[in-house]
Amino acid sequence: MKKISIDRLNELFAAIAASKALYMPVDDGKNGAKYSKWSEGTEYSKAANTKRSAKDFFFPQVEDMAEFNVNGKEIEIIDTREECEEFVVFGVRACDAKSFEILDSVYLVDPVDSYYASRREHGIIMTMACNKPTDTCFCSAFGIDASNPMGDISCWMNDSDLLLSANTEKGQALLDSINILDEADDNAADDTKAAIKAILEKLPLFGLSTEGMKGKTLMEVFNSDKWAELSESCLGCGTCTFVCPTCQCYDIRDYDTGHGVMRYRCWDSCMYSDFTLCAHGNTRTTQLQRFRQRFMHKLVYYPENNGGVFGCVGCGRCLRSCPISMNIVKVMKTLEG
Amino acid sequence: MREETLIPKVGVVTDIRQDTPDVKTFRVVGLDGKKVFEHIPGQCAMLSVPGVGEGMFSITSSPTNTEFMEFSIKKCGCLTSWLHMMEVGQQITIRGPYGNGFPVESALKGKDLLFIAGGIGLAPLRSVINYVRDKKENYGSVHIIYGSRSMDDLVDYKEIIDEWCNDAGVKVDLTIDRPQEGWDGHVGFIPSFVEELSPDLSRTVLICGPPIMIKFTLDGLKKLGFEESQVYTTMELRMKCAIGKCGRCNIGNKYVCKDGPVFRFDQLAELPDEY
Repeated sequence: MKKISIDRLNELFAAIAASKALYMPVDDGKNGAKYSKWSEGTEYSKAANTKRSAKDFFFPQVEDMAEFNVNGKEIEIIDTREECEEFVVFGVRACDAKSFEILDSVYLVDPVDSYYASRREHGIIMTMACNKPTDTCFCSAFGIDASNPMGDISCWMNDSDLLLSANTEKGQALLDSINILDEADDNAADDTKAAIKAILEKLPLFGLSTEGMKGKTLMEVFNSDKWAELSESCLGCGTCTFVCPTCQCYDIRDYDTGHGVMRYRCWDSCMYSDFTLCAHGNTRTTQLQRFRQRFMHKLVYYPENNGGVFGCVGCGRCLRSCPISMNIVKVMKTLEG
Repeated sequence: MREETLIPKVGVVTDIRQDTPDVKTFRVVGLDGKKVFEHIPGQCAMLSVPGVGEGMFSITSSPTNTEFMEFSIKKCGCLTSWLHMMEVGQQITIRGPYGNGFPVESALKGKDLLFIAGGIGLAPLRSVINYVRDKKENYGSVHIIYGSRSMDDLVDYKEIIDEWCNDAGVKVDLTIDRPQEGWDGHVGFIPSFVEELSPDLSRTVLICGPPIMIKFTLDGLKKLGFEESQVYTTMELRMKCAIGKCGRCNIGNKYVCKDGPVFRFDQLAELPDEY
């Protein structure tokens, strides 16, 4: 394990930024934080988490895929992909770090999504243990330990030091390249971990369990009569899908650039009525069906296809952002009952 | 740079056949004049017109056709309307093949087959029918029941009459919904026609057509004594990526683009009725 005094954080950031683009949570001035590129003077935010998830780094909201030059009857296809720059994301929470594994099992299975894969290959994740988890956090329900986040490098912050421990070759290489770090005992973070665990156990959603979802068949959950009540007030705004670190659905569209056609992809949402709209009809015509699809995907379909791993990491963003205060916790509790 | 399936290749439309008032069959090859890729009967390709859109279409030609691929497309939306306006020589984009296809080299091998198609639903089955006709030695007899709204709406009518009907070991029964001048064949809907014909229960069934036709035909087949596990169909839902990642074509935990489009009815019975 390595360490550096918290008074010297800027020196660490400068050392990383000397060779790679460095991003970290920065206060947004609106009681939250957002990921920003570090430059001299940028201050690392101590907010519990960023308002938007970290999925943007690998799966941006909008990205170009390919360009077409159309000339009469002829079409020329231009591969617009560029080599991704090396980058580091500092301060990723345990929940968001886990979300990358969930996205990986969609985008990195054959046929590999090269856009996503390139960013994953060039990105280094430095996680940060959650000193102040909040009352909307429930990552422990999904077996995530907020006191011991994963990623390429795990970090802990106490009153005096930042402690760093590499988990991957990529992480180790980055730590080895920084010569201002001091050696620390392997158990140096134990007090911080214990303090975090003590807070986690007191959180209102700490006892939330996925046990109620187990032992039920896909059709039993799908046919539950609870969906009508749960979805009744859903506005179909899609905010939950946009803030969600594991929502990965996308749309592919074309736009006329004036001198060609750019094909791009952008986030889409199963909460929208045109998501499944075909020329011949729509398979999900009601908000009940669309609402059920989103939660069935997180709690049943994804686990069925991925060895029981749930498609939620308990970050709590949907709890904070839903305009009608509906969320996955209420869905889990209601389905369980 | 890594291979990327979402980036298509250029295809050239070398022939356009007006099959019915709203169905055209397009012949497509690559810029080199050869097939763009090989496929299994029942697999699909994503075709696009840049600036208009991209959509999933079943490949209606058989893989035994070594020269080109064909797509029978009904005009029903924005992209298909544009495709119907094309002239020979027009380039489009193409990527694939996608989906599982029919199990022509496993479960269907050696079997007597029954094809039931309604309207444009013949398109994906035509690939299997011609594959089986070209590899007769591997399959038993073939019974085809095909129907459309009218005589003019029978897709591939010329091929059915000139080739399929003259093929030993292939029995073809045609029907149209309403009586029509010049038609001396059967008149009536497919589900009741199938029940009337009472096909041999030992046959493995491949069925495709409008959802309502499939539903009533399946009910009829079950009444005759067919098991759900001997009936295959091919599905169609909205798709964007065609590789099980964009998230919209799922039926329960299965993606139609990747785990389908071909399903057996006993498999579908275990999934939500969202199709």
